[in-house]
Amino acid sequence: MDFNSLLSTLLADVPTLAAVIIGVPAVLAAYIVGGEFLVQRLPDKARPSLRPWIWVGPALIFVAFFLVYPVFGTAWRSLFDNHDNFVGATNYGTELAGFPSGGAWIAIRNNLYWLVLFTLLVLIFGLMFAVLTDRVPYESQVKSLIFMPMAISFVALATIWKFMYSYQPPGEPQTGTVNAFLALFHQDPRIWIQDANVANFALIAAAVWGFVGFAMVILSAALKGIPGDLLEAARVDGAGELTIFRRVIFPLMMPTIVVVGTTLVIFALKAFDIVYVMTNGNYDTDVLANRMYKLLNVGDTGLASAVAIILVAAVIPVLIFNLRQFRAVEARR
Amino acid sequence: MASVTYDHVVKRYTADLTVVKDFNVAIKDKEFMVLVGPSGCGKSTALRMLAGLETITEGQIRIGDRVVNNVAAKDRDIAMVFQSYALYPHMSVYDNMAFPLQMQHMPKAEMDKRVKNASRILGLDNFLKRKPRALSGGQRQRVALGRAIVRSPKVFLLDEPLSNLDAKLRGQTRIELQKLHRDLETTFIYVTHDQVEAMTMGDRIAIMNAGILQQVGTPGDIYDHPANLFVAGFIGTPTMNFVPVTTSDSTAKASGFEVRLPKSVPAGKGTLGFRPEAVTDRAVDGGSSMDMKVDVVERLGSDQFLYGQVGGDSVTARVDPKMKVDPGDTVKLGLDTRNLHLFDAETELALL
Amino acid sequence: MTIASEQIATRAAERRFSPDWLGQGFSKVLLHVVVLGITLVWIVPTLGLLVSSFRPLSAFASSGWWTALSPPFKFTLDNYSGVLGSSNLGGSFFNSFMITIPATVIPVTIAAFAAYAFSWMKFWGRDFLFLALVGLLAVPLQATFVPILKLYVQVGLTPQNVGFVGLWLVHTGYGLPFAIYLLANFFRALPTDLFESAEIDGAGTLTVFFRIVLPLSVPAIASLVIFQFLWIWNDYLVALVYVGSTPEVAPLTVTLAQLVGSLGQGYQLLTAAAFFSMIVPLIVFFSLQRYFVRGILAGSVKG
Repeated sequence: MDFNSLLSTLLADVPTLAAVIIGVPAVLAAYIVGGEFLVQRLPDKARPSLRPWIWVGPALIFVAFFLVYPVFGTAWRSLFDNHDNFVGATNYGTELAGFPSGGAWIAIRNNLYWLVLFTLLVLIFGLMFAVLTDRVPYESQVKSLIFMPMAISFVALATIWKFMYSYQPPGEPQTGTVNAFLALFHQDPRIWIQDANVANFALIAAAVWGFVGFAMVILSAALKGIPGDLLEAARVDGAGELTIFRRVIFPLMMPTIVVVGTTLVIFALKAFDIVYVMTNGNYDTDVLANRMYKLLNVGDTGLASAVAIILVAAVIPVLIFNLRQFRAVEARR
Repeated sequence: MASVTYDHVVKRYTADLTVVKDFNVAIKDKEFMVLVGPSGCGKSTALRMLAGLETITEGQIRIGDRVVNNVAAKDRDIAMVFQSYALYPHMSVYDNMAFPLQMQHMPKAEMDKRVKNASRILGLDNFLKRKPRALSGGQRQRVALGRAIVRSPKVFLLDEPLSNLDAKLRGQTRIELQKLHRDLETTFIYVTHDQVEAMTMGDRIAIMNAGILQQVGTPGDIYDHPANLFVAGFIGTPTMNFVPVTTSDSTAKASGFEVRLPKSVPAGKGTLGFRPEAVTDRAVDGGSSMDMKVDVVERLGSDQFLYGQVGGDSVTARVDPKMKVDPGDTVKLGLDTRNLHLFDAETELALL
Repeated sequence: MTIASEQIATRAAERRFSPDWLGQGFSKVLLHVVVLGITLVWIVPTLGLLVSSFRPLSAFASSGWWTALSPPFKFTLDNYSGVLGSSNLGGSFFNSFMITIPATVIPVTIAAFAAYAFSWMKFWGRDFLFLALVGLLAVPLQATFVPILKLYVQVGLTPQNVGFVGLWLVHTGYGLPFAIYLLANFFRALPTDLFESAEIDGAGTLTVFFRIVLPLSVPAIASLVIFQFLWIWNDYLVALVYVGSTPEVAPLTVTLAQLVGSLGQGYQLLTAAAFFSMIVPLIVFFSLQRYFVRGILAGSVKG
């Protein structure tokens, strides 16, 4: 795209530009000024009790409209077929029929893989790296580099890993990093993301790469929250470094580990981008979010809604647990 | 049960930061030695070097006859009570106290016996199952002590253990610690910035300032014969009076009075030191007298302190509590010259 | 003496490790080797992409990217000019900004007011509503698409009619729970004395908000803005669902995903496209890292 066409795009999209630069600030300002105007017109006595509602109102409206209402709408929708006939729980039946490989079961199985493998690997690596980097002077630079994948989109991440997994027939020089690494050990290259035996794990590996930095940063903060005194007292008490980790550091980090773990579980349940971009769910890698999107795309709103509700049902207990633990961590502070 | 020797110990962090300079102290077995000094004087660092929590830049530290410079903290057979207590928050009181014994792989029965014993001594029997956050400050401190006691170590190290307690509790705990020391018959090395704690608890005191050991001696010694200006001013409440004087032969002349010195000193300038209790409302045989313009009067019931000006110098006097004085009065006070201190203007060393 | 005590204080931070002599020699070397090794492994994927994006097609299919790091050096900008010329990347870049900026500014503004109300004002149902709000962090977005889409179509809030407005509103709704949670936590931690002395000085609520609370909250707000900005800039699914993939409206993520699917022959252009899409996030990340990390730490709840 050369400069001219770029300029013409910009200029052609004047309405959007105007909306962004002028419109949005104007609306916000109107809200602030208008809100305050309204409040001033109220009698003094009523102000403290009514003002909060003006401040909280828009937020509540947005949230009710975009989060609360639609979930119920989707739940309702899941009871209908694509021609608006009420079918009760049939959609769920269709999705959950044919265990173990019919309906949504492959996706559910894969989500479970994600749930277990992704979470455990990220936690283990995150913890390990947090402990190791704690002891080197260039810690923040290292953390920065390992955390970086969190800053890019999952689409970009998926692209990066598509290239990592590149395949050339055996005997040819390998262009993909992973296969080239294998070649060093005289192993045959594999078509990672198109081989149903390993595709899932290839995708999970890419996601782990992306998230270890996240876990590491949070666990590192928790690690640093342990008072130096405690470790010294343990040393004087006769504990070796490994024992100190096992008996003092690890138990004290447990609440944070649980919070991070549950956050990772929630992500594993909702994973979409990486799967969609790398395999679109083929080769046995389908996950619930992906399945839902595909159903939506072909207009199967009833089934799509059912899958969405299944997702909600899976996530809610984890989130409740997550929140409880988070409050426990906060309370300790 | 062992002696501790610091032999020319130095702790240097960088070329311009030496925190402990040429520290030499021989602590006897079963002694209660207090390291005292203002914040940043190096006393905690000296303690930590003994504990094995800091490396020793130069010199040697010996526990008994054993040089411990390169021995890991866990192998030194010492126990430490931290200022913050450093209790393991996720373990019960019992587990906190049992932890060091677990590190020694002690059989359970023996471990239980020791923990229960320490708990009895410290009055923690009802708290064994509680976690530290359910305890008061004083109780936590006792758990920290308990954790140290169960080990029957060669040396007890205590790093400002009373500073986080409120005043009343501090007084009580001081007494309990002294009793504990007598009962356990082990060497105690105690670090504090509070000179009252130092004076009341120590068999001997080692005073430090800016990394340098100022003086080592019994509390009485240090009080009556301070080696330099710093020690004289640090020990004793209210602080010793310091008055600049000009000396010649056996006389010291201050701006508001004059004294005869017990012996001849070189002529020149110096600082005369005398404690508030040496200045009283009664004339002293063979002593001097001075006139004070009183600024502030402090009545404590058992004591009365006058703060005022004698000549151009500020002086504190300890007078009879029944004496009637008000701010603004001028009173005649007597100076007992039997306990005078004279400090060289340059070196600040005691000349008397 | 003060400098000394400061330096001793920094020593205190190092007390977590055993004193020097325990970490000397072999184990110290091993530690550095391991840490540097891990860092290297983590950089490799991104590095591979970056290097590949500067390689000509001929080199691409025949050898791995690491061979380009040794002579002869055959680098080219063809991939970048090619992909920028033949695809919609330039336009998508613009679209991404047009989507992200309002979708960041609006929720942050609304959240600031709401968070303040939740923290310092009394009203009926406050605690319950707050808890419900935080609970909404759980909702998988997929469960909201169908009804909202239907409504948008009915009301005419489609990309054809109003451009990105629908998307802005949706992102606001989705982003409010986290934004309010983060800001409320911060506001609540402000000392009450501040408000009391302002009250005595005669300041009204709005004055307190704008002249005391907001200035003090700059770090928290900055974290939120950056977090929200990156979240939306990198978003794929929501944009795909609500504005679709037509060139006029597709943001970078959508365009990139299309390229992944469609570039059969022009495989090597994808590397440049991917890296192009990463530029803005990387700049934001590396220059404002402190805030981003703080946002992550505060919001480790966000699912």
